[in-house]
Amino acid sequence: MKTILRINMKSQTVSSETVSQDLEFFGGRGLIAKILTQEINAKSDPLGPDNKLLFCPGMFADTAAPCSGRISVGGKSPLTKTIKESNAGGTMAKRMAAFGLHALIIEGQPVRDEWFILMVDDSGLQFLPAEPYLGMNNYLLGDELRKAFGSDISVASIGLAGERQYLNASIQFTDLDGHPSRAAARGGLGALMGSKRIKAIIFKECKNRDWSYVDKNSFVAANKDYVKGILAHPFSGQGLPALGTALLVNVTNERGILPTHNFSKGRWEHAEEISGERIAELQAKRGGKMSHICHRGCVIKCSQVYHDENGDYLTSGFEYETIGLFGANCGIRDIDVIAKLDKLCDDIGVDTMDTACAIAVCMESGLLEFGDAEGAFKLAQQMMEGTELGRVIGNGTESTGKHLGVERIPTVKGQAMAAYDPRGLKGLGVTYATSPMGADHTAGNSIGDHSLDGSCKDGQTEVSKNLQIAMALFDNLGICIFAGICCEDPTNLEHLVKMATGKFGGEWNINRLMGIGVQTLMLEKQFNQMAGFTKADDRLPKFMTTEVLETTDATFDITDEELDQTLSFADL
Amino acid sequence: MKITVKLFASLRIGRFKQEERTYPIGISCQQVAENLGINTGDVGIVLVNGRPESLEQVLSDGDVLSFIALVGGG
Repeated sequence: MKTILRINMKSQTVSSETVSQDLEFFGGRGLIAKILTQEINAKSDPLGPDNKLLFCPGMFADTAAPCSGRISVGGKSPLTKTIKESNAGGTMAKRMAAFGLHALIIEGQPVRDEWFILMVDDSGLQFLPAEPYLGMNNYLLGDELRKAFGSDISVASIGLAGERQYLNASIQFTDLDGHPSRAAARGGLGALMGSKRIKAIIFKECKNRDWSYVDKNSFVAANKDYVKGILAHPFSGQGLPALGTALLVNVTNERGILPTHNFSKGRWEHAEEISGERIAELQAKRGGKMSHICHRGCVIKCSQVYHDENGDYLTSGFEYETIGLFGANCGIRDIDVIAKLDKLCDDIGVDTMDTACAIAVCMESGLLEFGDAEGAFKLAQQMMEGTELGRVIGNGTESTGKHLGVERIPTVKGQAMAAYDPRGLKGLGVTYATSPMGADHTAGNSIGDHSLDGSCKDGQTEVSKNLQIAMALFDNLGICIFAGICCEDPTNLEHLVKMATGKFGGEWNINRLMGIGVQTLMLEKQFNQMAGFTKADDRLPKFMTTEVLETTDATFDITDEELDQTLSFADL
Repeated sequence: MKITVKLFASLRIGRFKQEERTYPIGISCQQVAENLGINTGDVGIVLVNGRPESLEQVLSDGDVLSFIALVGGG
């Protein structure tokens, strides 16, 4: 039987609960939605003692399903004040599954200013003093923890940003090489972890790999077919393994939707210099890796290891969004500087997207010029130094824009948009506006939809709705969304249905699977409504509706009524 | 006539990024794809001079034709 560990930080005690039947078919993001709507007051202070921090592997974490090692982290977001689920790769989800854990629920706060490391091994969970590790950023922290607790530990940790409760602080997870490069980046959950006075959570190795299935043979057969489907798709089978997510730089640039100079243009003349192709050329010379898994069980291998000009490790998990937003959106042409910014963000523990958009907003304010790579790096370093401006930037794009009096702030519900301009990709624009998470591309990205012209408005709310339901499903399963792209072919979706039947038994069909996504969105919207959010919050910033993006000759012209209809099935 | 062909994402693998190529008048995007050995099922978006078009679109001298492979977001 799977269990939930309930961890009380006020009393430093832990209790173990058997997963009740009604929670069995909630995993990852859905489990977070279920627990938060049941257990916390939606109006509570995100950094106060009443908020809870959850770590939940997906429903398929304890299976051999491909790419099923995503860990979902949740709580009420310090950044957006909405419900928040942010998921990452790394080694933790599979460790938790091996220990038979369905969730960690972390409650309360220590009365005194006392910091802890939580360590889980075969004997249970221990609260260890964290004082020797305070002030360390994630890379050094990982090295020190491995010296103290062994080289095979899996770590979730916060750097200085989380300790200082910057609203854009991330939680970083170690990858298979021990690098803290996999981030639950969005929504400031690192600040929530800091408010609980937890510097790191460590899982020791657990040898159990004996997953239980109702019908193992049928699961294995369907699983094999599903893997074939992933590898047969040109994106997940060819493009991503060769060039990683950075292959999208040239794609979005050609389509005219690569955010440039704080979302003022959609195409950048220097895009090739920061492209996946350019990175592949450099890394072939420097000994980096263009094909790398972010968690055990991944069959796509879209991550990479980026080496610097001396051939030494610089960063990993260096993704399109980071490259596009520090690159074109800040006008930084030097891919090595962008890689250093990625490393700095992982190290101090902040979301790269909100940081990059915050710096672009600084550029728009006139604080520095677009393209000033050195100036941008110095600004990012100020987050580490803890200067006044550094703290403002650490609180994300919206805080920075308001502080500097900038009008064009590319956020929804306080969270920065990803590296796709919604005026040329309107399905994603609908998702940015209506997702309970705030502007979140992983909640339903229409870049893969080829049925519509992205700059035309007709049909986009339907595209967004269907994608949002499907992505919520994959976030419940704990499967990487790239492993879900092949489900545009219904044959592959049928394989997934058979996998669910083989794992859990009972009657499964496409409607029941998609129902998991629907149910999750309903709970999330319910939480946000209880927290005080209304339809008026489901809007893009005004400049998106008034300024024409020249490359696509369009504004964002989906009406308020159309936006309100998108997820209306989930309204209270 | 001269057509500039640009390939994106997985379509570049084993081919090229950009080339100026000569084709007979009246050729369609689909025929160019076939000429390059591209499985049109792998093509997500076709742009002619930066604007989305169908595979059946007939090209004119000097056009810039971009084939973008199926992609996903993340």
